[in-house]
Amino acid sequence: MVASQLPDAVQGPGPVDVVLNVNGATHVVRLEPRVSLLDCLRDHMNLTGAKKGCNQGACGACTVWVDKRRVVACLTLAIACEGREITTIEGMAENGTLHPMQKAFLSEDAFQCGYCTPGQIMSAVALLAEGHAGSDAEIGEWMSGNICRCAAYPNIRTAIRDVRDGVGGVGRATR
Amino acid sequence: MRPVSYSRVSDVATAIATVAADPTSAYLAGGTTKIDMLRIYAEPSQRLVDINSLPIDHIEVQPDGAVRIGGLARMNDVALAPVVVDRFPMLSEALLLGASAQLRNMASMGGNMLQRVRCSYFRDAEASCNKRAPGTGCSALAGVNRGHAVLGTSPHCIATHPSDAAVALVALDAMIHVQNSGGHHAIAIDDFFLLPGDTPEREHPLNHGDLITAIEVPALPAARNSLYLKVRDRESYEFALASAACALTVTDGVVAEVRLALGGVATKPWRARRAEQVLRGAPATRETFARAAAAEMADAVPQPMNAFKIELAQRTMIRALETLTARGEAP
Repeated sequence: MVASQLPDAVQGPGPVDVVLNVNGATHVVRLEPRVSLLDCLRDHMNLTGAKKGCNQGACGACTVWVDKRRVVACLTLAIACEGREITTIEGMAENGTLHPMQKAFLSEDAFQCGYCTPGQIMSAVALLAEGHAGSDAEIGEWMSGNICRCAAYPNIRTAIRDVRDGVGGVGRATR
Repeated sequence: MRPVSYSRVSDVATAIATVAADPTSAYLAGGTTKIDMLRIYAEPSQRLVDINSLPIDHIEVQPDGAVRIGGLARMNDVALAPVVVDRFPMLSEALLLGASAQLRNMASMGGNMLQRVRCSYFRDAEASCNKRAPGTGCSALAGVNRGHAVLGTSPHCIATHPSDAAVALVALDAMIHVQNSGGHHAIAIDDFFLLPGDTPEREHPLNHGDLITAIEVPALPAARNSLYLKVRDRESYEFALASAACALTVTDGVVAEVRLALGGVATKPWRARRAEQVLRGAPATRETFARAAAAEMADAVPQPMNAFKIELAQRTMIRALETLTARGEAP
C-alpha cells in the first residue's frame, strides 16, 4: 500500500476563504463550511436565480449544475465545490441572448408565479443533454424532482418538447 | 444548521485514518442525508471528511460474472450502467424509482445503504425517539404511523427502512465490502441491516471509521427476468408504501428459481424467505403466489394507521410474480 497522504488542512467551523468557479468566473468568498451552495450563491454572490423552496432537497427550486450534472444546491456544501464548475440560471444566456429553453418557457407560458422556474430550466436543459425527454411520460418522470406549486406542468412539458424538436419560439398565442 | 468543520481527502487510507482518529468526524459523500440531518439538528456537529475524490466510484464486471459497484458510484450512474440494466433490471429499476434525478446524481451507493429513516419523529429533534435518543420512547407508536413498518418491528421502533436499492440488493444476495484501518472484510447484505429489537439506534454492524468501498452483486442468470414494483401515494419521487424486488424463472409451469424482497413495509430491506420457500417447486399460479404472499405477511404487526400495508404488500408480491411469469412465457 502506498503511504497515506496527509489530509488537507481542517477548515472551520469558523469562516474560511473559499474559491468557487461560477458561470465561468472565479469568486473568492468568506464563509463557514456549513454554508450551502444555495446560500453561498444567494447571500454571498448576489446570484439569486436559484431559489430556496424547501431547503431539504424536496422541491428542486435550487437546482444548479456542478460539473454539468444537475444537483440540489441546498444539500450541497459550498466548500465542497472548490475545484468544480458551477452553473446557475444566470449563466444560461449567452451575450445577452436567452438560452432556447428560457425562450421556450416564455413563449409556452411555462410558469405562473415563476418561483420554481430557474430550477425547472436548469433541470430541463440537463434533461435534454441526458437524453431523457423521449416521451411526455419520460419527461414527467425525469422532471419529478422539480415541483411547481402552480402546476404549470403541461406547459413545462411543451417547452421541453419545443426545444427537443427544435421548434422553440412558436408560442401558444399563435396556435 | 449545525456548525461543521471540513477537510478533503484523496486516498482511501487517509480517509479511514482521518475519520477513525476523531470520534466526532464523519464521511461526507453525496450529502443528501448528512447535510439534511445536520440542518434539522437531528445529528450533532461534526468534522466532515469529504471523500468525493476517492477513486471508488467504478462499476466493474468480475471474472465470475459478479458486478462490483464502487461505494461512491452515484445512483443514476449505477441505474443506467448497461451491465446493471441487462443483468439486474430489478436493481436498475429500484434505483430509478427512488428519489429524484438531482438527488440520484448526488447520492452514493454506500450512502444509500446508510441513509437514515424518514420517520418524522426521528427527524424532529423535539420528539421522543429511541433511534435518535435511546431510552426516550417511540412517538410513532401513538402517532401518525401510516407509513411505518409492519414487519421486523419492536416495541421500541417501527420506522420503515427507506431504501429501494437495498431491497433489490437483498434479493440479489449482495455483499457489502468494508475497509478500515485493520483491512478489508465483506458482510452479507442481509446481515448488514439490523432489526431494531432493543437497540434501534444500531442500524448496521459498521464501526466508526469503517468505509463502504464496494457493493458486490453475485452473478444470477435468473435476475435477467426481474423487476422492482413500487406502490406509493404518487407516481414519482415518493417513498414506497409497499414494494417488491423479484426475480423469477418458471420451467414447465413450475417455479424453478425465485428471489423476492420487500420494501416500504419493514424495518429493514426484507428478504421474503417464507414466500420463496412456498414458491420454489410449486406451480406458477395465482393461487400459489397468494399463498406465498400470505405466508410472508403472517406475522405482520399492524399499527392503528397502517394495517392496509399487510394486504397491499401481498397484492404487490402477487402482481410482481404474475408479471414476471407472463414475461417468462413470452416468445
